Amino acid sequence: MKELSLNILDITENSVKAGATLTSIIIDETADQLTITITDDGCGMSEEILKGVEDPFYTTRTTRKVGLGIPLLKMAAEMTSGNFKISSKSKEQYPNSHGTVVKAVFNKNHLDFTPLGDVTATLTTLIQGHPDTDFLFVHNFDGRQAELDTRQMREMLDGIPLNSYEVIKWAEEYLNEQYQSLYDI
Amino acid sequence: MKSLAELQAIKEKMKGKVALREGSNDIRVVVGMATCGIAVGARPVLNKFVEEVDKAGLAGRVVVSQTGCIGVCQYEPIVEVYEAGKEKVTYAKMTADKVEKIVEEHLKGGKVVSEYVLADIK
Repeated sequence: MKELSLNILDITENSVKAGATLTSIIIDETADQLTITITDDGCGMSEEILKGVEDPFYTTRTTRKVGLGIPLLKMAAEMTSGNFKISSKSKEQYPNSHGTVVKAVFNKNHLDFTPLGDVTATLTTLIQGHPDTDFLFVHNFDGRQAELDTRQMREMLDGIPLNSYEVIKWAEEYLNEQYQSLYDI
Repeated sequence: MKSLAELQAIKEKMKGKVALREGSNDIRVVVGMATCGIAVGARPVLNKFVEEVDKAGLAGRVVVSQTGCIGVCQYEPIVEVYEAGKEKVTYAKMTADKVEKIVEEHLKGGKVVSEYVLADIK
C-alpha cells in the first residue's frame, strides 16, 4: 500500500464485514510516532482464527476473508521498528462485549515509514460504501484534533442517507478543513 | 469554517429530492474494494465515479456502490456495471482518468467503452 490511509480503509472494511455498528479510527500522532487504533463492535474472532490472521501463509479457504490486509499493515508498522497488535473477542464467547481492536505503531522518522496520505478520501469512501454503519474518526496531533462522528451527522440529517452526494461532499470539505487546522497550514 | 449545522440545510434541500430518487435507479456501478483493489487504486476510482455521476446529472438513475474481492485480483481495480435487461459489463485495470469516458459514453450514452472492458484487456 502506498499510503497508510489505504491500510486504514482496508482494515475498516473488515470491521464492516464483521457486522460492526460502530467502528472507531483513532490516530495519535506525535513528532516521531504515529499510532493507528481501529476498534469495532463486530462479531470478533475465535482465538484460533486470531492466531492465523497475522500470517499470510496460514490463511485457509474458510478464513480467506481475512486475507492479506492484516499482514500488510503489520509489515508496514514493523518495517519502521514499530509494533502491531490485534485482539478480538468473539460474539459466541462474549455476547455483550464482542469486537476487534487493531493497533499499529509507526516510527515516523524511520526511512521505511509509509506516509499517512489522504485520510479524508478513506473516510468519504467508507461513508459512501456503508451509509448505515457508524464511524468515529479522531486524529490527535500536537494538542490539536481533527474529528468526524457519523452518529452526529446522522442526527442532523434525520433520515437523509449519508451516501447522498451533497453529504459526502460536505464530509470531504469538513475533513479537509479539519486537517488544515490540525497541521496548521 | 464548515460545521455540522450545515447538514441541516442539506437535509432541508434534499427532502423532496430523495423521494423523487427512490425506485428510479436502473444502473448500478460496483467498484471492487477489497485489499487487492484498494492496493492498486480503487479508492480514487470510486471517488471519481461518485463525482462524475453527480456532475453528469445521473444521480437519479445511477447508483455507485462497493463490493469485496471479485476474484480476478490481477485485473483490479475492477468496476462492474449492471443495467436492467442487459448483460453485466466488467471494466478492468481502471484508473480515475478512465472514469469520465465511461460516465459520458456508457452510463449517459448507453455505449460500452469496449477498450476498457476486461475481455479486451486480457
